[in-house]
Amino acid sequence: MPDTKWTPSRRAFLLATVATIPAVTLSGSLLPSGSKAFAADQAGYTPVFFTQSEWAFVNAFVDRLIPADAEGPGALELNVPVFIDLQMGLPYGYGKLWYMGGPFRTAAPSLGYQLPYAPRDIYRNGIAAAEQAIQQAYGKSFTDLDATTRDEVIAHMQKGKLAMAPVPSDMFFGQILQNTHEGYFSDPVHGGNLGMGAWKMIGFPGARADYTDWINQNGAQYPYGPVSIKDQGI
Amino acid sequence: MADLTMPHVDAVIIGFGWTGAIMAKELTQAGLKVVALERGPNRDTYPQGAYPTSIDELTYNTRSKLFQDMSKSTLTIRHKPSDQAVPYRQLAAFLPGTGVGGAGLHWSGCHWRVTPEELKIRSHYEERYGKAFIPDEIPLQDWGVSYEELEPHFSFAEQVFGTSGQAYKVNGEIVGPGNPFDADRSTPFPLPPMKNPYSAELFKQAATEVGYHPFSIPAANASGVYTNPYGCQMAPCTFCGFCSGYACYNYSKASPNVNILPALRQVPNFELRAKCDVVLIETDSTGTKATGVIYVDEKGNRVTQPADLVILGAFAYNNAYMMLLSKIGTPYDPTTGEGTIGKNFCYQNENSIAAFFDGDKFTNPFVGAGGNGIACDDFNADHFDHGPLGFIGGAPMWVNQAGTKPIGGGPLPAGTPSWGSAWKKAVKDNYTHVVSMNAHGTNMPDRENYLDLDPDYTDYLGRPLLRLTFNWHDNDYKMANFMVDKMGAIAKAMNPKAMKVSAKKPGEPFDTRHYQTTHMGGGVIMGTDPTKSAVNRYLQSWDVSNLFVVGSSAFPQGLGYNPTGTVAALTYWSAKAIREQYLKNPGPLVPV
Ligand SMILES: Cc1cc2nc3c(=O)[nH]c(=O)nc-3n(C[C@H](O)[C@H](O)[C@H](O)COP(=O)(O)OP(=O)(O)OC[C@H]3O[C@@H](n4cnc5c(N)ncnc54)[C@H](O)[C@@H]3O)c2cc1C
Ligand code: SF4
Repeated sequence: MPDTKWTPSRRAFLLATVATIPAVTLSGSLLPSGSKAFAADQAGYTPVFFTQSEWAFVNAFVDRLIPADAEGPGALELNVPVFIDLQMGLPYGYGKLWYMGGPFRTAAPSLGYQLPYAPRDIYRNGIAAAEQAIQQAYGKSFTDLDATTRDEVIAHMQKGKLAMAPVPSDMFFGQILQNTHEGYFSDPVHGGNLGMGAWKMIGFPGARADYTDWINQNGAQYPYGPVSIKDQGI
Repeated sequence: MADLTMPHVDAVIIGFGWTGAIMAKELTQAGLKVVALERGPNRDTYPQGAYPTSIDELTYNTRSKLFQDMSKSTLTIRHKPSDQAVPYRQLAAFLPGTGVGGAGLHWSGCHWRVTPEELKIRSHYEERYGKAFIPDEIPLQDWGVSYEELEPHFSFAEQVFGTSGQAYKVNGEIVGPGNPFDADRSTPFPLPPMKNPYSAELFKQAATEVGYHPFSIPAANASGVYTNPYGCQMAPCTFCGFCSGYACYNYSKASPNVNILPALRQVPNFELRAKCDVVLIETDSTGTKATGVIYVDEKGNRVTQPADLVILGAFAYNNAYMMLLSKIGTPYDPTTGEGTIGKNFCYQNENSIAAFFDGDKFTNPFVGAGGNGIACDDFNADHFDHGPLGFIGGAPMWVNQAGTKPIGGGPLPAGTPSWGSAWKKAVKDNYTHVVSMNAHGTNMPDRENYLDLDPDYTDYLGRPLLRLTFNWHDNDYKMANFMVDKMGAIAKAMNPKAMKVSAKKPGEPFDTRHYQTTHMGGGVIMGTDPTKSAVNRYLQSWDVSNLFVVGSSAFPQGLGYNPTGTVAALTYWSAKAIREQYLKNPGPLVPV
């Protein structure tokens, strides 16, 4: 299991922050940059895989993919960047869960991923290439753009329209989005979804795993909040 | 690393999933000395299913903890014979199993019997719709075995799996509100049907309203405590929702590990060797008799296991793969239509509808069990007139709420962006307020859908990968659109605030990036004619009579239902032929 000993202090910090800032000011549109709002907290975690500039990029990116707003927590509040950093150290990060034999050919998109890069390479190459392309287009680093421009860049990337190589922008976008969903929604034991915030927001009971008395509630809400694997004493 | 030879055994089994486990039980019971070889690791309820660590979506589903180890091997895929194939590098469209229990450890549990008509599909369609109805490019053929012959084996498999369900007709008498399209049964289900989650209840009401005939899906998820004929015990399912893709923490989902292995472990004439990857079935100089198998063990030793009888139960397309690697039978050639190994690869033509409801109506899709739900069969098999429709096949329609978890995510209304505040709001507003339903359709064979060996890519041992050539064809698009139209009537009757229909559009290619099902078939198909099938009606190789190939590889076409109930019945049927005929007089059971 990843070492997440640092979380209690972070949780305390966040709770204090959330308590003093009205929910509406947490919305990205009122802040120049969501990542800056939480920047102070990053001192509590030193990324293992990402360099400081990569870390800033990932933070700024996931903050736009799942912004903090009145609906519920954002990716930063729930430690999504931390989750992604920890994943890079696992066999998954090294591409050990994929067939990585060559030759690598271009093929119809419907035939799936066909590049020779493991997730670590996708981030390392992708961030550098994206930053370069963004510098060219905007004369600034992604992390220095305002929220609206960041969204514009991300929308471009999603459509594969930001010219970057060797990892195409739509592919890079897809990788970050997938890992962001994972970090937002997985059990907190993996380092994201802090305090089960995402589960609470959508009404997922987590690892309860026994609905014998609640199979059919005739349209009523399930009455209990979530539990995590970690809360079960592991 | 050395070359080793093990002591001779009566039978060697390749693969220890459902088919391997059933054969192991049957053949040891007949007194044979049996060794089963499984490429993956040892697995069981503990630790793979242990609570709470198994209740972890990221580890099990997203990171594929129990599925095939893709770093070692995969297959390549292309859409048509003139394309260049590329590897299926990341698991998505289908999730093949590995390890003791095979995919049977992490399947869902929908447990069906193939319909009588589907077993004689060509004769049935020709008789009802005329010979010209079946296009030349759809090489349909009868299976060579009848429902009546398989019935006792369907019945026994249900007893072994502890299946929950409601029978309609038993020994000619209507016994209850089951599926009115069902064929006659000799026994009711061993357990009563499972309870319905709210979504399934809504589907039932709506389907009844539009004049269809809903019934409970037969589920190999126990609705009560149960002891099977082998003395193996099951506990009632808790609807934990971590079912498909997970080992059951609760002894509630039937698996080779829970329902067969505890009884086999006691048997002195049985040995199970995990982490043994079979590379070849060896044949003698005549090429008509198997002498055993060669496998690579955990330490990298190349081991010969001599045996009188070889059972190949490596799962669907893996069976064709092993036949091709071992050069048994004639590989299929799509240009001439000749040859049989790799022929009639088929899959599942699944299409879906999501119905969204207001925030005060909670469907709680995290509650669920893999085989649970309500289905209607009004448009499955040949229960409706295909004459004016111009396609072959059908689809059961259902709400099969197996448990929607947040990373995989539930459906979102059409037009929802995939990120940002609007996405988040949509997830929040819809996750617990949606009903998902599927038309789980047939896939007819096509001359150009087949399996062979890839010329370029290899696995961790240097073996060529299997190559799959597969795409959807006219028949599939027509059926997809017909089915969502019919299912749409059910969805509308639920009065949702919005609906999202996902059906294959004409020309849309097979997309390997999204999960569909792990219900592949064909490649080593059964039949009555050795020039058109690879195995006879007893699943015995036409070419090598001491080799039996068990699994959905035998299906000449893809079924509307999930395959495993039929796979299990065919395996018991084949085992009976081995026990009662073959062992007394080894040789071809059907003259070639
Ligand atoms: C997520 C999921 C849900 C499913 N849900 C359903 C359902 O609801 N209803 C249904 O009917 N079916 C369902 N299925 C399909 C079902 O799991 C299969 O039909 C069934 O397991 C087939 O049994 P089998 O013995 O043919 O193959 P498997 O159970 O896959 O076993 C084959 C075994 O052979 C081993 N093997 C392969 N090659 C070699 C080799 N060279 N050497 C040694 N060993 C080898 C494999 O590792 C594997 O363990 C589902 C499958 C999945 C993945
Ligand atoms: S839903 Fe039921 S059968 Fe499936 S894993 Fe959970 S307890 Fe087991």
